[in-house]
Amino acid sequence: MLAVSTLVFFMIRLVPGDPIAAMLADSGSPEAREALIRRLGLDQPLLVQFWKWFTGVLQGDFGASIYGSNQPVANILMTALPKTLSLAFLSFVIAIVIAVPAGIISATRKNSAADVGVSLFAFLGLSMPDFWLAIILIIIFAANLQWLPAIGYTPLAEGLWPWLSHLILPSIAIGTGFSAIIARMIRSSMLEVLQADYMRTAAAKGLTQHAMLIRHALPNALIPVVTVIGIAFALLISGAVVVENVFSIKGLGRVLIQGIQNRDYPVVQGAVLLVSAFFVLSNLVVDLLYAAIDPRIRYS
Amino acid sequence: MSDLTVNPANATVADAPKRKNRFRAVFARDRKAQFGLIVLGLFTLGAILAPFLSPYDPNEMTLNMMSGPSGENVLGTDDLGRDLFSRILWGTQISLFVGVATVGLALVLGVLLGVLAGYYGGWIDMIIMRYIDLQWAFPNFIIAVYLVAVFGTGLLNVIVAIALAFLDDFARIARSMVLTLKEEQFIDAARVQGYSDLRIMLRHILPNAMAPVIVQATVSVSYAILAEASLSFLGLGVNPVTPTWGLILSDGRSFISRAWWLGVFPGLAIMLVVLSINFIGDALRDALDVRETDV
Repeated sequence: MLAVSTLVFFMIRLVPGDPIAAMLADSGSPEAREALIRRLGLDQPLLVQFWKWFTGVLQGDFGASIYGSNQPVANILMTALPKTLSLAFLSFVIAIVIAVPAGIISATRKNSAADVGVSLFAFLGLSMPDFWLAIILIIIFAANLQWLPAIGYTPLAEGLWPWLSHLILPSIAIGTGFSAIIARMIRSSMLEVLQADYMRTAAAKGLTQHAMLIRHALPNALIPVVTVIGIAFALLISGAVVVENVFSIKGLGRVLIQGIQNRDYPVVQGAVLLVSAFFVLSNLVVDLLYAAIDPRIRYS
Repeated sequence: MSDLTVNPANATVADAPKRKNRFRAVFARDRKAQFGLIVLGLFTLGAILAPFLSPYDPNEMTLNMMSGPSGENVLGTDDLGRDLFSRILWGTQISLFVGVATVGLALVLGVLLGVLAGYYGGWIDMIIMRYIDLQWAFPNFIIAVYLVAVFGTGLLNVIVAIALAFLDDFARIARSMVLTLKEEQFIDAARVQGYSDLRIMLRHILPNAMAPVIVQATVSVSYAILAEASLSFLGLGVNPVTPTWGLILSDGRSFISRAWWLGVFPGLAIMLVVLSINFIGDALRDALDVRETDV
């Protein structure tokens, strides 16, 4: 994370274009410019700036936005985070709910119509841009059927349904591609597991098909899948960045893109850092989960 | 050499005819791959012939605004009266070009880094892999967004940004292939003959390491096209005048409740191309016998 934050800090100093000029578009007297540069600490050496920023980040202080109302970046990120987390969580749930049964069905009925259907769905899911799916969902469910709101976000505190109704469409948009990857993984690892000797033993013991699948095949088939879920988290985060912008949800993705448009260094730095922290953390959780479901793996 | 022909990933030049047959066999069997080849071929042709096929100037504004698909405008017009079909057709050029150019760049740079790291090991390996690991801490798309923010928008910047974001996959694959191949006897043989490192890397290691790289490249083209579309959609793309698929969607987004075609067709084009590439990639994976876990 140290290297990550260093990279994030120095990269953005290369940004061509002058945020000061942008901020002072109308009232650009040289004195005002000087004062602003001094207030933001941009007159100090780069290393000093970095040190200040870095020690600040360690204490949860990401500096203040240099655009608009100069809010602390930490505040902006903290109001955005729950939205992105809600979205990621729901997308994940939707993906699993679709992928696990789809994967099992296509593995147990290999080459059947259902299998072909699942495989086609997986290909489509992988190939569909998530923001396009988002637009299609808006056209159908918000614009025409008017079942669900097209934009915005309501916190969970204001009730389950208002929260859910705003998040269902974006979550489907993000979760579909994610579920396609997982479904394919489950299918192939399930097929491998079904060939294993212990499955023959289980069948010989006279277990029912159902018990065999749920108790013996699924847990083993899920082991390689869990690792892929870690990688696919990247997809989920990228999806959130784009899809939040379609649904005007002011989550981390929207904050990031607006920050870039406004050349708001501190906000962009903070958002990228938080996104990658989230990514690294989720991969760590996946590793731990891996050890939990596979007793053969031990971290010392 | 006979044991080397078992795994086509290790196939040598002498196996080329065999490999060709295998390609033919896989593609003759695989309906999805055929679909992919045809659709991608059509789009490629459309991109090349866009100046001749396009019924209207893609940027010409008319008073015939937001009219639905009709005989005059096959896919309808947008809010400025521009012909949607012409815009999508021209957009094909950008999408395919960005996809191929990006992956070409990422492949060359990534494979170079991977081969250097794998072949020399030691501190070179350490430095390169530290960097690659660092890239791992970010989702690829976030890297691309961040780099475009740093470099600014524009065709070249978008290509470089996406290429740099995808480079780590190629480096990692190339490195692991080199590490396996390095132990092979034919490399020792080449070394004993006194060939230079460069020659061994280019002539002996690289050709044998290409199978998984090619499969990864195909997959990456589809990712790159999606990434470019997403960047354009977010306003971080090529530039606001050039019609790209992501931009057309982003422009049309505000009007989708009245003009569904603006939301549907550009995305359909993206999906068809990406789907075709994925189909072809899958068939290549079969033909080259690369396991999914390798890539």
